[in-house]
Amino acid sequence: MEIINLKIDNKPVVVKKGTTVLKAAESIGIDIPTLCHMKLDDLNIENKPGGCRVCVVEVKGRRNLAPACCTEATEGMEVSTHTMRVVNARRTVVELILSDHPADCLICAKSGNCELQDLATRLGIREIHYKGEQSTYREDTSPAIIREVNKCVMCRRCETMCNEVQTVGVLSAVNRGFNAVVAPAFEMNLDHSVCTYCGQCVAVCPTGALTEVDETGAVIRALSDPTKTVIVQTAPAVRAALGEEFGMPAGTLVTGKMAAALRRLGFDYVFDTDFAADLTIMEEGTELLGRLSAFMEGDKNVKLPILTSCCPAWVKFFEHQFPELKDIPSTARSPQQMFGSIAKTYFAGKLGVKREDLVVVSIMPCVAKKYESSREEFAVNGNPDVDYALTTRELAQLIKLANLDFRSLPDEDFDQPLGESTGAGVIFGTTGGVIEAAVRTAYEVFTGKSLPRLDFEELRGMDGLRKATIDFNGTPINIGIAHGLGNARKLLEEIQAGTSEFHAIEIMSCPGGCIGGGGQPYHHGNAEILKKRQKAIYAEDKNKKLRKSHENPYIKKLYEEFLGAPLSEKSHHLLHTQYFDRS
Amino acid sequence: MPKIKLAEKAVDLIREICTKFNNDEGELINVLHQVQSKLGYLPAEVQEVIARELNISVAKVYGVVTFYSFFTMLPKGQHPISVCMGTACYVRGAEQVLSEIKRQLSIEVGETTPDGRFSLSCLRCVGACGLAPVVMVGEKVYGRVSPQQVHKIIAEYKEGCAAEAKTA
Ligand code: SF4
Ligand code: SF4
Ligand code: SF4
Ligand code: FES
Ligand code: FES
Repeated sequence: MEIINLKIDNKPVVVKKGTTVLKAAESIGIDIPTLCHMKLDDLNIENKPGGCRVCVVEVKGRRNLAPACCTEATEGMEVSTHTMRVVNARRTVVELILSDHPADCLICAKSGNCELQDLATRLGIREIHYKGEQSTYREDTSPAIIREVNKCVMCRRCETMCNEVQTVGVLSAVNRGFNAVVAPAFEMNLDHSVCTYCGQCVAVCPTGALTEVDETGAVIRALSDPTKTVIVQTAPAVRAALGEEFGMPAGTLVTGKMAAALRRLGFDYVFDTDFAADLTIMEEGTELLGRLSAFMEGDKNVKLPILTSCCPAWVKFFEHQFPELKDIPSTARSPQQMFGSIAKTYFAGKLGVKREDLVVVSIMPCVAKKYESSREEFAVNGNPDVDYALTTRELAQLIKLANLDFRSLPDEDFDQPLGESTGAGVIFGTTGGVIEAAVRTAYEVFTGKSLPRLDFEELRGMDGLRKATIDFNGTPINIGIAHGLGNARKLLEEIQAGTSEFHAIEIMSCPGGCIGGGGQPYHHGNAEILKKRQKAIYAEDKNKKLRKSHENPYIKKLYEEFLGAPLSEKSHHLLHTQYFDRS
Repeated sequence: MPKIKLAEKAVDLIREICTKFNNDEGELINVLHQVQSKLGYLPAEVQEVIARELNISVAKVYGVVTFYSFFTMLPKGQHPISVCMGTACYVRGAEQVLSEIKRQLSIEVGETTPDGRFSLSCLRCVGACGLAPVVMVGEKVYGRVSPQQVHKIIAEYKEGCAAEAKTA
């Protein structure tokens, strides 16, 4: 490994060859402002078009300023990061960007979280010396994402996420010069494109050009309507990230405070999607075992591997891109939709409330869940099973609006019966978690034996593609895991080619799984945050008394009182679904 | 944008061109160039076929088509009019000439008249700066064009067509 010595702001630095000036400066605590650049370590995600020039620095002996994010450190280099010349150049660049940017920070969804706004503050911009034409593009609203193209600064991070990481290919830079923007083909609306609504473009957009559809207003109206019973479910990944919105360190678990906050917001019952995750395992696990036993008995028509189906962006992805494989994923609905379905039948019945008067709200780390809840098959006579799906960020917004001092709230429990969950339900929030939960239950049902261990380290981690073989008492079960749709694509191509070695595959669209979902607090390019959230999820699992879905007493009760058995006719009707060819 | 259904023949032609370039995405610009020279323009449906053949996203193809003003998504008129917007032409009044053409034909740059007779585009320096401002109709070059002359130039082609129609 070659070593490079250089000086940044007169401080000596030693770095590996190939390191950029930006990283070298960072290593000694010098923070050079950036806009277009983004690098998510460990996930192999990088966007460095070198286009914005916000990161320019002075290099001794060079006439022009150099962009730090894409200039390699070289031996003996002398770099100045904050001379007058540099600062003026940065200010000019930012002023030019602002001269073609709508100045509506006061009412922008991204205000307070916007990297452009931060830059303007940091550089002390008080006046824009360049008056020019303002571009005007129409707004594009879809069931989950709003594109406000006027706010696009052409950093092209969204393109990197959509094309390279997700391989969906919806977004591309179009037109040139002043008219250049990032848009879907033929500037069609997202709604008409093959967009999966994974929201990874939203997660990395530095400005308010891409945001989720805001449903907080509708939820507030429902909460203040005395004729409605309003209940809420919270997805596993939310509790591992919500605290960040209130200044708590990444990886702080706030399960109890979140329940307390929801109760104070006026929800009549505070329930947990983890309960529905346990239910998903009962259905999906049974389906897996059914297919496996048929396969072992020599049934040639059985479809293997079975693919998980909890992630709506992944579902939309294969419906568009691999419609011929639509019989392979499990037919089990996602936990969000199972919850909605059970809430508006079983629970509404228990309360004696009509389904129209029961409003189901979910809190999700996810943007695609908004789209999922709007799919027609998840409604009865036009009344959706899940009325509103808010992101983690939207929940934080509600809590701030209600003036709750989140950090000093007491820890409270979820309500029953739809609030009890096991550790298996919790780990649905991270890549590898759904399949580990399935293994814990399937193993015991299949072998009739109690598991000798509960932690399957071989299924955990952050690598984009992972595989492991689990010994089901003499029967080896091959498991594949992919997060990020580009990784999923590789596994699907193997299946298409008939070379897949797997019996079961877990797929989550977002890097890291739902902990890295498009609706989570912004990580601003710091991938460490995802790892801390993942750790928190596994810690929550460890803390649970029950860690296997089939041991959840309320799940047992639900089958006894209402559903009968997994894959019963009623279960099929309420908890399973079908997929469509959208190619 | 009106959806058109591509003729089997056109699809085969596009495939052929893509194969000639080994379906290599790095050759996208050349593929687009050749397809446009055969079909005259690159409507959405054509871009979709190209994207499929080269195994890239339609958005990317569309991005390249909209980046280069040479490519067009609309069929060219019988008489494509191009106005040079190079520096010399610009300072000698090309913009006024352009707006006069737009006004008389009621179309914008990149559009075609509803009767399909004229289309309008802008070019960068065509290398005849001595004649600035320069307008081209098809292959024919008009130099030192003033807004007042626009009517006459256009009329030439209207009549030309009428005459052709008579003889036909
Ligand atoms: S939501 Fe996902 S699929 Fe849709 S445009 Fe954004 S990154 Fe692409
Ligand atoms: S939409 Fe956002 S992420 Fe995409 S290029 Fe524009 S500013 Fe960057
Ligand atoms: S991985 Fe999770 S957060 Fe991301 S799209 Fe899928 S369900 Fe939503
Ligand atoms: S951050 Fe370096 S060029 Fe944009
Ligand atoms: S600028 Fe028009 S011909 Fe050169």
